[in-house]
Amino acid sequence: MSAGTRIRVGWRASVGLTGDVLTYLVVPLSFPLLVALYYGESPLPFLAAIGVTLALGTLFRRLGDPDVNLGPREAFLAVALIWLLVAAVGAVPFVVAGVGTIAHPVNAMFEAMSGLTTTGATVLRDFSVHSRSVLMWRQVIQWLGGLGILILATAVLSEIGVGGAQLMETESQTQDVNKLTPKISETARLIWSLYLGLTALAIAVYFALGLAFDPRMDLYNAVAHAFTSVATAGFSPEPLSVGAFHPVIQWAVVPFMVVGSTSFVLLYFFINGEPMRLLRNEEFHFYLGALAFFSAVVAGSLFLDPATTFGAEATLRHAVFNVASIVTTTGYASTDYVQWAPAAKHMLFACMFVGGMVGSTTCSIKSLRWLVALKAFRRDLYTAIHPDAVRPIRVTGKPVDETVVRDIYGYLLLSIVIFFLLTVVIVVDAERAGLRVTEFEAMGAAATTFLNIGPAFGDAGPYGTFASFSMTTRGVMIVLMWIGRIEIVPVLVLFTRAFWTS
Amino acid sequence: MHVVIVGAGEVGTSIAASLAPDHEVVVVDVDPDRAEQLKYELDVLTIAGDGTASGIQTAANVGDADMVIACTDDDRTNLVTCGTAKTLGDGFTIARVKSTEYLRTWEGNEGAFGVDFMVCTDLLTAQNIVRVIGLPAAVDVDPFASGLVQMAEFEIGAESPVAGQTVSEADRFESLTFVGIFRDGEMIIPRGDTGIEAGDRAVVIGSPESVQSFANDVAPAATPDGADEIVIVGGSEIGYQTARLLEEREFSPRLIERDADRARTLAEELPNTVVMEHDATDTEFLSREHVDEADIVVAALGSDEQNLLVSVLAKRLGVDRVIAVVDSPDYVTVFEEIGIDIAINPRTVTAEEITRFTYESIAENIAVLENDQAEVLELELTEGCRFAGRSIAELVDEIDVRFVIGAITRNHALVTPRGDTVLRPGDHVILLVDADAVSEIASMA
Repeated sequence: MSAGTRIRVGWRASVGLTGDVLTYLVVPLSFPLLVALYYGESPLPFLAAIGVTLALGTLFRRLGDPDVNLGPREAFLAVALIWLLVAAVGAVPFVVAGVGTIAHPVNAMFEAMSGLTTTGATVLRDFSVHSRSVLMWRQVIQWLGGLGILILATAVLSEIGVGGAQLMETESQTQDVNKLTPKISETARLIWSLYLGLTALAIAVYFALGLAFDPRMDLYNAVAHAFTSVATAGFSPEPLSVGAFHPVIQWAVVPFMVVGSTSFVLLYFFINGEPMRLLRNEEFHFYLGALAFFSAVVAGSLFLDPATTFGAEATLRHAVFNVASIVTTTGYASTDYVQWAPAAKHMLFACMFVGGMVGSTTCSIKSLRWLVALKAFRRDLYTAIHPDAVRPIRVTGKPVDETVVRDIYGYLLLSIVIFFLLTVVIVVDAERAGLRVTEFEAMGAAATTFLNIGPAFGDAGPYGTFASFSMTTRGVMIVLMWIGRIEIVPVLVLFTRAFWTS
Repeated sequence: MHVVIVGAGEVGTSIAASLAPDHEVVVVDVDPDRAEQLKYELDVLTIAGDGTASGIQTAANVGDADMVIACTDDDRTNLVTCGTAKTLGDGFTIARVKSTEYLRTWEGNEGAFGVDFMVCTDLLTAQNIVRVIGLPAAVDVDPFASGLVQMAEFEIGAESPVAGQTVSEADRFESLTFVGIFRDGEMIIPRGDTGIEAGDRAVVIGSPESVQSFANDVAPAATPDGADEIVIVGGSEIGYQTARLLEEREFSPRLIERDADRARTLAEELPNTVVMEHDATDTEFLSREHVDEADIVVAALGSDEQNLLVSVLAKRLGVDRVIAVVDSPDYVTVFEEIGIDIAINPRTVTAEEITRFTYESIAENIAVLENDQAEVLELELTEGCRFAGRSIAELVDEIDVRFVIGAITRNHALVTPRGDTVLRPGDHVILLVDADAVSEIASMA
């Protein structure tokens, strides 16, 4: 930085907030600690992580200054920092446990980042070597990342106050956090209680179905899968993912993934006597339409493919389950779709780019952006003929601001660029490392990490592992999962001069 | 009746002129010259001063007034005038406003601002324009219940699709009632099996939308439908309201507005209107957008000169019907003389509405049909009146005169009358009645 330019970012506010969040990480870390004690496993990984997070948290709080205002820039910085550091702390138990592929720090970071960003891509090779508590920790981080740790922070830390709305908007890049109550912390609390409630419901349903149909779905598995289905996250302590369980349980997971990718604000209204706000919402229609369309197409191509040998119910189930899993960016699998015919497989690839609704736990492009972009495209065709026509884009009858339309175009373009760059990196790096990765597999892996979906194709398929990529590729993927989850902008702005100077 | 009129502009003067012969009228205006001038033009008492001031109102003896009409050009002055008048006495207050927001507030809570009757100039003008656009086939159209209900009389031509049908075949609309058929100078109270013949005149009462749809059935050629091109030039409040009301009747008009921000706002407010941002006097633009092929052009720009220009241009391009908003009453005839089909003056419309309302009559509103063979009345039902608490079927059995209830409005919402509909105090009932029985029926409300 040249002489005379002063840093204009109130970084001490961001750092202080990061410290607060790190300190609070003790609470979720105690959960796998209890699991470890219950199963008589070593509590050491979690005690170490608690130590690290408390030390870092205290240090950051000291550095921080609560009197500095949390403006837009500070919010960008805080969001980027918090997601990065929480993932780093989340990696500590894996390294300390020292078992399997994730003992390596880069792999541990990959796993933690994949977890926190609800990607669900794993580098685990052998599930059996890991303790139940370590596997549970993966589930817990995903649950935390599901709704966004900052919404949680806003709900818990009442002192965030005014900055909270800023944080929530920055985190999810949506134009407006639909405030349910005048106080943003109150809104965050309502949304989190809804999330908690849905998770509890999922636990109850899975456990009950387990009792009735499948003894493998015990309380441990019910909790583990409830954590990652409502969070549309995708980790499973089972190597076969949800495919390990009875078909009835697979069907039961679908609605929870779908609800998890529905706008929580609209869900709140739905429960509280204003169901029409959800049922009339155009994004909701678009999203359900996409689910139905892709399910039908995939099911159709599976039925037409002579190599598919499942029965009718199983074919339909695998089509619906895997389409829902990928469209909602969950990343569970009910079967190894890598074995499917190219048509069905490529449709699943297309599904990766859809995403659920804005304001949900889902990642990827999101339905609202597609809806607005498609409407804008249709408008462009119209105005080509009638250049003077003024046509606002409406979603559910409400006009969309033109700056939002521009932002969406920008986001789509940026996503495409990053997606292609990442594909190139994977292909080139695989070539360098002497790995056999096809372009399609590279595209799948790029999309799945950047859009936070989970499994891809080839070795990185649902029953495979990302450990087969080179270390460099995995490093790049860690960064892209991070960027992708907080929707690019908060990270990219940190690398602009304008952000740091006047 | 002692009437105080605040505001001696065109509206106030026009009202004063029509009331002066029969009533004791006091006119208040801020402009002393205007007050002085009026004193010699009309036989009224004039007071120069601020009509909102209670001192001036006392001088005008508002405390004992039967009616206070606030019709200056300023909305807030009119509202404050009515509010002040309510503190001094108990006269019926009428306020003229431009803002539809005030009207919505008032409709939501009648008596708000101390106003007993509110007339919204721009909305009224737009309603007038839409009526003229929408029902060219009607021989008579009158609004009732502040525009919620319309009465229309249609002549059934031989080529009309409903000629030869029975009433129940022709009446396919939810909120529409057939109230009367005139044939060879006789009034027929229609029943479901009454046949409609060519040459009849049919009277219907219902929501403006259903009357519109019915008009389409009666005279498909003359009545504009969704496929007809309606172009509104100018996004003034009148232009906006016109587009909005047309949208309500399932037209998809086009609206041309020059100002970018206003165009954007209008486009956001009007989902079924194509808003164009351009200068409407640019002929190249007009031909590119095929405005010359429009069936109807409404000129609703800010000034009479601009409207004249656009209207003449539209006529030259070959537009069938051109309707222009003309702000100055003096120009209305000029517009019509040079070939503009209809010139509508907002002030005249407002004055007429207020005057109609002030006429002391047995009903809230009256329309006279076919040389007073029958009348359509709007009656507000009072507590304990003969109508209240009875179903329509009971009333028809009990009362031995020819009448048909066409529509009911309750709390500003339309209730379609059926045999089992029970009337309540406060309801506005719009009914057609034999001319001989008007006072008999009116006395029952």
